[in-house]
Amino acid sequence: MNHSISLTVNGARRDFVLDDPRVTLLDLLRERLHLTGTKKGCDRGQCGACTILVDGKRINSCLALAISHDGADILTIEGVARGDQLHPVQAAFIAHDGFQCGFCTPGQVMSAIGMMREGQAGNDPERIRECMSGNLCRCGAYAGIVDAVLDAQGRMDESDQRRSA
Amino acid sequence: MKPFDYVRPATVSDAVAAAAQSGAVYLAAGTNLLDLMKGGVSRPDRLVDVTHLDGLDGIERLADGSLRIGALVSNADLAHDADFARSYPAVAEALLSGASAQLRNAATVGGNLLQRTRCAYFYDTASRCNKREAGSGCDARGGENRTHAVLGWSDSCIATHPSDFCVPLVALDAIVEIEGRGGRREIALDELHRLPGDTPERESVLEPGDLIVAVRLPPAAREFAPHARYLKVRERTSYAFAVVSAAAALRIENGKIAEARLALGGVAAKPWRARAAEDVLKGVAPTADAFQEAAWRALTDAKPSGDNAFKIELARRIVVRALTLAAAGTPARLSALPASPFASTSGAIHA
Repeated sequence: MNHSISLTVNGARRDFVLDDPRVTLLDLLRERLHLTGTKKGCDRGQCGACTILVDGKRINSCLALAISHDGADILTIEGVARGDQLHPVQAAFIAHDGFQCGFCTPGQVMSAIGMMREGQAGNDPERIRECMSGNLCRCGAYAGIVDAVLDAQGRMDESDQRRSA
Repeated sequence: MKPFDYVRPATVSDAVAAAAQSGAVYLAAGTNLLDLMKGGVSRPDRLVDVTHLDGLDGIERLADGSLRIGALVSNADLAHDADFARSYPAVAEALLSGASAQLRNAATVGGNLLQRTRCAYFYDTASRCNKREAGSGCDARGGENRTHAVLGWSDSCIATHPSDFCVPLVALDAIVEIEGRGGRREIALDELHRLPGDTPERESVLEPGDLIVAVRLPPAAREFAPHARYLKVRERTSYAFAVVSAAAALRIENGKIAEARLALGGVAAKPWRARAAEDVLKGVAPTADAFQEAAWRALTDAKPSGDNAFKIELARRIVVRALTLAAAGTPARLSALPASPFASTSGAIHA
């Protein structure tokens, strides 16, 4: 039996016909839309490489059935930069060597953006490590990742203050 | 993953009818179920998706002072609800000590209660497991079992229930609202999960089609807010299941404990309410000696199920420490590392 769903992916509406309900959001993004920035690491919700924002919240796309998310608004790593202008979190990862091989980086960046929206970490490195614990980095770039997130958090706080001033 | 039929009912009663059929299971966020299905541990014929049902995602204060939490409220939304965290700080701390931020954003209240054990032999389809396949045997008994049960286990099964959330909930007398083929009913959370006995494949008292629609905290649960903690020892400081955990909540009047609540996690196939220990604490001063006595009472019936005798002594110490922290008072700010005995600095404000 075919199922029709629509999603908003990085601002554009996309319609799909699913001939099998087993497809996850992760596989839909990678195989149907060829948005391969979202990575398949463990495929079991343990590594965080597949992190995306769904309706503004970070989740593991490998553990989400696409069919159950009909109508959802999805943001992936491909949708965070504005043209050639990197998202502040992306820029901070480069500035602080927040990666080595880069495989976990899209998930780390999406998780950091989601974490900042949650507003639960602030500028406390211990809180950042705790709130980013769902993203593994096999190269062990954690020190750079925490520095990058702290820096990006600070820049975004400043830009918020400028806006509200 | 085995193929399955997918149905998305429009109402709770349609959902109950669809899920009452053999081989059907409910799908909420799926953070545990999909993992089990990918591993071939769960092989349902039909998924009944309840995520689009109306009216199951609210947090509501009732006229009598109870709090009613819809089964589809996410773990993160509940933990970060300011009134909830202020009124039930140990529950918020337990929620935030579980899983990762991504999983907490997706995972639901109802799903948390019904998550399956993380026993490695249950997950490994090449191993014998009475819970996965009734009557097949238990490879955990002679295997790597240092994290397994020390209370309420049987020769058939030594698995533990992995939830953090359930531990303070059961201490606070939480009630589970269930919609089933016979209509609406409610049971104490303490009665939801079954001990294994000879039938470890039956993990709860739920019947086919039964849908958890809400969890309720009774009015008295708020009275413990000034003295309530959840403490969890795990093998990593974050993103790990409990080796042992404890929820302690005290009502202190005129320097004496008017009422105590205590429950343990990671020790049994259900969240373990320690009523005998609570009785010891009633009417006495909150002293180290009293907490030691309570810890002994809580673990009187404990026995190792394998290489896990250390968990009994660990549980006693966690009980004493959780009670000591609760007596000192709920901190104004949640610890930076929720429920961790290694937490140093302050984190998010409780309220």
